Amino acid sequence: MAGKERAIPAPMTNPETEPFWAAAREGKFLLRGCTACGKTHWYPRAVCPFCFSERTEWREGSGRGTIYSLSVMKRAPEPYAIAYVTLEEGPTMMTNIVDCDLDSLAIGQKVTVAFKPTQNDGPPFPMFRPA
Amino acid sequence: MTIKGSAYIAGAFEHPTRLAKDKSVAQLHAEVAVGALADAGLTKADVDGYFCAGDAPGLGPLAMADYMNLKLSHLDSTDVGGCSYIAHVAHAAEAIMAGKCRVALITLAGRPRSEGHSGAVPRIRGADAPDTQWEFPTGVATVNAYAMCAARHMHQYGTTSEQLAWIKVAASQHAQYNPHAMLRDVVTVEEVVNSPLIATPLHRLDCCVVSDGGGALVVVAPEIARSLKRPKVKVMGAGESMKGQMGGEVDLTYSAAVRSGAAAFAEAGVKPADIKYASIYDSFTITVLMQIEDLGFCEKGQGGRFVADGNLISGTGKLPFNTDGGGLCNNHPANRGGITKVIEAVRQLRGEAHPKVQVKNCDIALAHGTGGLLGSRHGGATLIMERE
Ligand SMILES: [Zn+2]
Repeated sequence: MAGKERAIPAPMTNPETEPFWAAAREGKFLLRGCTACGKTHWYPRAVCPFCFSERTEWREGSGRGTIYSLSVMKRAPEPYAIAYVTLEEGPTMMTNIVDCDLDSLAIGQKVTVAFKPTQNDGPPFPMFRPA
Repeated sequence: MTIKGSAYIAGAFEHPTRLAKDKSVAQLHAEVAVGALADAGLTKADVDGYFCAGDAPGLGPLAMADYMNLKLSHLDSTDVGGCSYIAHVAHAAEAIMAGKCRVALITLAGRPRSEGHSGAVPRIRGADAPDTQWEFPTGVATVNAYAMCAARHMHQYGTTSEQLAWIKVAASQHAQYNPHAMLRDVVTVEEVVNSPLIATPLHRLDCCVVSDGGGALVVVAPEIARSLKRPKVKVMGAGESMKGQMGGEVDLTYSAAVRSGAAAFAEAGVKPADIKYASIYDSFTITVLMQIEDLGFCEKGQGGRFVADGNLISGTGKLPFNTDGGGLCNNHPANRGGITKVIEAVRQLRGEAHPKVQVKNCDIALAHGTGGLLGSRHGGATLIMERE
């Protein structure tokens, strides 16, 4: 299992993204989708990055995904795995893989969302653990 | 309309320092400006255009232009990370063609080594950038963002650590002849793959140096180039682009070079096979491999095979690259390698590279760079030059 865990900096929220972080505090993983083109994007935006419509909305995500790529930072006081995870809903997001043996991770592995506390009582950050 | 033939690189200078504890960043900018103008045979009074990027202290180009007391009719501080200065050459050619200036000075300088910077430590690239809240908490640094590209390339195309190591080996073969290079020891594939892992799958010797220093270029109108004594290096074509996460449609297997390279080759009217020497940004070995594919020197996915067995070594390989030792061995001033890429290409075209690495009949050269993070969002700039 992982050793000592790294302190996670708190995300600096803003009015556009505040609902995501408020939901995160309740353990909910929100995604932003577009009612004009139907597509879900990442990271969440008020304006759809595909069709430029402003008709976007929050949707609850399944929290399930697959590792697209990853790298274990060996040169850190507490090694950690950064990754891109492709969500069941389509988009691929930058995140971390946690609660596991970092050296056992592989591209293509199934993972599920795991919110992790951040510094200074910040909102929990969406990371993933092996499914 | 095209910038082909509209401007010449008349001056190029690389600061010899790699550790500048006793100098300021502004001083380094001014020292490289002095060097490049002397190289061209011009003076400060001739300069009417100035270009710099985020490494210049102060607001845009204003503080440095004032420090040097330049009298300007054109200013540009486009910042697309480490490849900015390659884009600046094209922007200077555009400005010269439009009659906005006739002698453009481009400077880069910094002292990350003195300041203790490391590519393994996460740093915020704009607290108010819209992506920061989603990415900074993951511990994204420089090296692990590039490492994810390497991991995906290996997964998708079977690229190996040994193939990536050949890029460092070739750079070290060249660096042994550069008295200013930070690392002059020739290394082997075994030494690269046995060096400590920094961010999997990248090893310590897959990473560029952290060095102080700088460089400058002088880009001039054709009639001024004709009046100077230096060999003439003509701007043939250029391209610039960027690539990000595309709203979540992430694809780490290619770079902005796909677009910037195609535009540069089209403008210059040449093909990859015509390039006698290439300066390819080498922040990490994977950066080189992906850019070589994306510029069209080989098929996508074949970069590992292309770079192996010394194919990038001057004198023996098919594509001599980074004959100064590049960022991997020579110099990466301000953590931005774009200007040294153009400088070594100019040396090659003038026939002024070290005799041991000088490419024979080097008439057409390319410089390409990636700025920012290859694995999240990055700029790309390509420049093709010809000796006249
Ligand atoms: Zn849409």
